Amino acid sequence: MAASNFRGLEATNRRETVLLVLAFMLLLGALGLGLDVAANDVAIVNGQLVGFPVLTIAALVFAGVQSMVSYYSGASLVLLSVHARELTPDTPKHQMVLDVINEMATAARMPVPKPYIMDDPSPNAFATGRDPAHSVICVTQGLVDQMDREELQGVIGHEMSHVADYDIRTMMMIAVMVGGIAMLSDFVYRWMFFGGFGARGRSGNDRDNQTAALITVAVIILAALAPIFSQLLAMAVSRQREYLADASSVEFTRNPRALLRALEHIAKVESPLKQGTAGTGHLFIVNPREGLRADDEGFFANLFSTHPPLSKRIARLQALLGASGASILDASSQANT
Amino acid sequence: MVFLIILVAIVALLILAYNRLVSLRNQVDNSWRQIDVQLKRRHDLIPNLVEAVKGYMQFERDTLTQVVEARAKAVSAPDQASRMAAESQITTGLGKLLAVMENYPQLKADENVLKLQEELTTTENQIAYARQAYNDVVLDLNTRIQTFPTNLIASNFGFKPAEYFKGAPEEQAVPKVDLSMTAPRA
Repeated sequence: MAASNFRGLEATNRRETVLLVLAFMLLLGALGLGLDVAANDVAIVNGQLVGFPVLTIAALVFAGVQSMVSYYSGASLVLLSVHARELTPDTPKHQMVLDVINEMATAARMPVPKPYIMDDPSPNAFATGRDPAHSVICVTQGLVDQMDREELQGVIGHEMSHVADYDIRTMMMIAVMVGGIAMLSDFVYRWMFFGGFGARGRSGNDRDNQTAALITVAVIILAALAPIFSQLLAMAVSRQREYLADASSVEFTRNPRALLRALEHIAKVESPLKQGTAGTGHLFIVNPREGLRADDEGFFANLFSTHPPLSKRIARLQALLGASGASILDASSQANT
Repeated sequence: MVFLIILVAIVALLILAYNRLVSLRNQVDNSWRQIDVQLKRRHDLIPNLVEAVKGYMQFERDTLTQVVEARAKAVSAPDQASRMAAESQITTGLGKLLAVMENYPQLKADENVLKLQEELTTTENQIAYARQAYNDVVLDLNTRIQTFPTNLIASNFGFKPAEYFKGAPEEQAVPKVDLSMTAPRA
């Protein structure tokens, strides 16, 4: 198999991820500035923007503090919220999972993540932590029970690449940014309606007042749309990272079949995760709620999902395997049914 | 002044490039040791496995002795080349052994054998992944040593390209050992 194939995929994914994160930052900045205009500490005088954007800075500082907190305790909070416990070699199959995690750490040249397990019959897994040295891989009992060694390698390889690429940290930060934007925009909205319209003393002439009014309208619209935009961006970043992690999993195992079989397997399973996962859904290898509807390809379904449709991920892996690989898999999936 | 800034910048870049080369060379050494650790672990496991299965596998004496002899050769090898040749014989022999073990249902009931089987399987995988990781680092190091401008630093400070790990020919096609404990799906 040509090494250039998955390396190319990796490069594209990385570039797009950077662009999406930049767009995200721009959105946050615009909203903060809008808040300042509404509060009148930044005003338009004779066509010039004057004043010090104190609220923009305050909002960014607040977001920074929030990020620090989640940076240091995010992983334990996530594990707590899904009721995960440490994975011990108490059964042969658990021993195998521990071995596979060790193997994939070797392949990725990474420290061995701390293994966790959650009692859930649905096959799924996620990785979290602030960096590779403090990383965690959590699998469900369903994954352990249903997957064979090859499929486990594919899934753990996928998670290991989230660790190696620092996805785990970025996704944590993005989650905080989305939350911050939602709060900020809610605040702006209330301010504009209940206080912002009154005081507009600093402006000099009618033209400035007109511009300020236009900006006010623009900010109201932005405030209303920002949470939706930010959610969309977060989802898009997450989707890119899922493709990238699929590609890296293949790089580690040198075996596209491993992850391909695992995803095909998961696509057939019809039991959703039991634990509440509204805030952690984007961490899992397949979205706990969306993964089942593997072929949701509608425009809006695509825009709002944290993961690409399973069918598209499977198709990309099949492309890596080549035409011959696809036929091998057809044969094996027929044997499975 | 401008000249001074440029000079400082160039020196800083040289130091960074040099440190990166040292770091990569250490990673190559370390990756090689990782392979070694796994090979030793395999040496330790083989006698236990042979002891555990020989009672069941009267008719596979040849396969068993092949592995034991290759292990003895690897442990007492006088140099690196003959040692690696012996190691690849072990890999082949173990692949065969693990495959024929599938024909002995009694083995599947023996917890000790199953445990050893899992240990050996993961060790075999670790060896393969450690080699893969080693070759990845060697690729990184060699690319740096050969590309401009790092090649100037490399040649001045005596950095040599590292050698890739090449398996023996019969090893290139890694025997597919699937010892999954789930029942084969019909």
